[in-house]
Amino acid sequence: MPEQLLFAMEVTLNGLMAGVLYALVALGFVLIFKASGIFNYAQGVMALFAALTLVGIQDGQVPFSHLINAIFGTDVHHFGWHVPAIFAILLTAAVMVLFAWIVERYVLRHLVNQPGIILFMATIGLAYFMEGFGDMMWGSDIKKLDVGLPQGINFAIDDTTFEWFGYGFFIDNLDISATIVAVILVVALTVFSQYSKQGRALRAVADDHQAALSVGISLRFIWVLVWSIAGFVALVAGIMWGSKSGVQFSLSLIALKALPVLMLGGFTSIPGAIVGGLIIGVGEKLFEFTIGPLVGGATENWFAYVLALIFLVFRPQGLFGEKIIERV
Amino acid sequence: MKMKLATLALGAAIAATPALAELTFTALSYRTGPYAANGIPFADGYEDYFTLLNERDGGIGGEKVELIECETGYNTEKGVECYESTKGQGALVYQPLSTGITYQLIPKATADGIPVHSMGYGRTSAKNGEVFNWIFNYPANYWDGASVAIKYLLEENGGSLEGKKIALVYHNSAYGKEPIRTLEELSAKHGYELMTLPVDHPGQEQKSQWLQIRREKPDYTLMWGWGVMNQVAIQEAVNIRYPMENFIGIWWSGSENDVLPAGEGADGYKALTFHNVGSDYPLFDDIQQYVVDAGMAAGAGDQIGTALYNRGLYAAMLAAEAAKTAQEMHDTAALAPAQMRDGMENLVMTEAKMADLGLPNFGPEFEVSCQNHGGEGYAAVAQWDANAESWSLITDYMQSDQDVLQPLIDEDSSAYAAEAGIEAGCM
Repeated sequence: MPEQLLFAMEVTLNGLMAGVLYALVALGFVLIFKASGIFNYAQGVMALFAALTLVGIQDGQVPFSHLINAIFGTDVHHFGWHVPAIFAILLTAAVMVLFAWIVERYVLRHLVNQPGIILFMATIGLAYFMEGFGDMMWGSDIKKLDVGLPQGINFAIDDTTFEWFGYGFFIDNLDISATIVAVILVVALTVFSQYSKQGRALRAVADDHQAALSVGISLRFIWVLVWSIAGFVALVAGIMWGSKSGVQFSLSLIALKALPVLMLGGFTSIPGAIVGGLIIGVGEKLFEFTIGPLVGGATENWFAYVLALIFLVFRPQGLFGEKIIERV
Repeated sequence: MKMKLATLALGAAIAATPALAELTFTALSYRTGPYAANGIPFADGYEDYFTLLNERDGGIGGEKVELIECETGYNTEKGVECYESTKGQGALVYQPLSTGITYQLIPKATADGIPVHSMGYGRTSAKNGEVFNWIFNYPANYWDGASVAIKYLLEENGGSLEGKKIALVYHNSAYGKEPIRTLEELSAKHGYELMTLPVDHPGQEQKSQWLQIRREKPDYTLMWGWGVMNQVAIQEAVNIRYPMENFIGIWWSGSENDVLPAGEGADGYKALTFHNVGSDYPLFDDIQQYVVDAGMAAGAGDQIGTALYNRGLYAAMLAAEAAKTAQEMHDTAALAPAQMRDGMENLVMTEAKMADLGLPNFGPEFEVSCQNHGGEGYAAVAQWDANAESWSLITDYMQSDQDVLQPLIDEDSSAYAAEAGIEAGCM
């Protein structure tokens, strides 16, 4: 097999894996937009906050330690214990549920019936608040995140492809884990929204707020529920991205990777987020592999946004989004 | 009436209060935002050194030091706002701590007559002091860094890089592109093949670049990264099992923050530096006694001895030494920015002087002049020990290839002078 074809196959596989990571971030946006029509600017910061909280709990870090030490002249930093990853994840998920309740109670409840742009602006404020709050709570140093996920080259794939083609493919174990987690997450979300009472209520709210209210569905409960699920998705995205780079404040910038995925897949479709992520992931990697060297490289962001722009021109609702028709 | 009396009393009190600080230094720092993890140790080192001078020596030449810190968030617009809002407070010198902010301040500070010290960043050709009268970038710049990296590799390969392949993984920005021209010139001179791999900002996704490195197997990889790009690059290098001892970062890719997330895998990674590492110096004992134990440490006091803390401390030390030089030149303790500029332009750093300061062999010896605002371009190579979680210098300070670099600096600074209508010359 020609060498370039082998390389292209390896790039495609890695593009698919990268696409899954983009889709994980995009999923959180979709969930909230679908249920409440809010474009949640804070989704990236939620991933950061969740990852910070996870590492903080795992390492037994004293929250607000800098503040406590500055006020009381103490020197406390750690509780001295280490919480196993699974318990730390559960505790962090609980924190994200609490966060969802606070957002509903102190932000969204006061903005019912406000135009979408006001809600969007509120999420911008929320993003800045959370970033500062997270900094104050856990500090701004870069933290190593280790929840036991394997990382580095997958030797089985490397050896197998070497036997087949004479060239071993590189696939990161972390990316394989991310793919498995994403599949489980999407199946769980689909089952939840199709077959559970709360899921049906969530879909009803997504279709028509007023009609859902008229049949007794609590809008407030649904908002807390959907922000909690988005918080959990943010936690998963934070774990995957944080394992690659350490948990640091630039983690919030992963939201930039989700935007073209949303434009392509549609803001209201969970399968759209996955398919959009895969298309962007594979497309940008193959473009960088084939065209990148001819134009100086670093084409990935450019390609993703240009592809999204093309979709916006020809199919504004994205691949799987709902077409909005307003009749006069 | 009561209000008027109160106002008068307040005015009298203010007028009667002696000026507590005469020498004003300004730090454009970033303790918040995506790059805070790097901004905090530098800012802490910068502040702690001046606190030490105030507490131990009563300031510089008998004048207390006032440090004005302004938060930029590593954002160029905010950095310019910081400059504009603080320049009226008697700032003697600015340390912008960002290449983007430095570029914006070059014309402004020149017009305002306030010196700027962009130490190891900013515009490389500002080394030409005859064009950039108010800008200083000693002791080393990006081109020096590129040249010293190649010089080190030459030493590693018995003086020849003929037939070797060297990759440059760089942040796709003006900063990241800085070394390319130098590396191309050096490639023509030494016969190695240069392979450039840009990484889009912020650098969280670098799979394409590292797959290419895995395919093309360069003998060495250099990195011009910043922030999250560094951590991801080192982790990706670990993932593809790239030999860490053949991976060398510029000084902005060589802090503890960059290597710790990759754990054991980062062992052996190398980075350039223009100052020494660790805290095993007499001056750090004084920092402990007069600053930390006195409860006056900047931040949490937990960054002392880290690579970026040492860099901030070194920058403050060079600023203080320039102020001392200016005081001696002008026979005055209180300084104006123009006098500070004279001090910077006549700064001489010798080993004896650094030893006296309690920082023996902490930085290279260098001399600043009207023609040369960038020093002699010395840098060393440090290596990361993942077990000890510490850096150590593995070379002496090596000088960059001035035969290659000086013509490039002359060319770039001349182009700037022509564009800005500057007539080159000493002040």
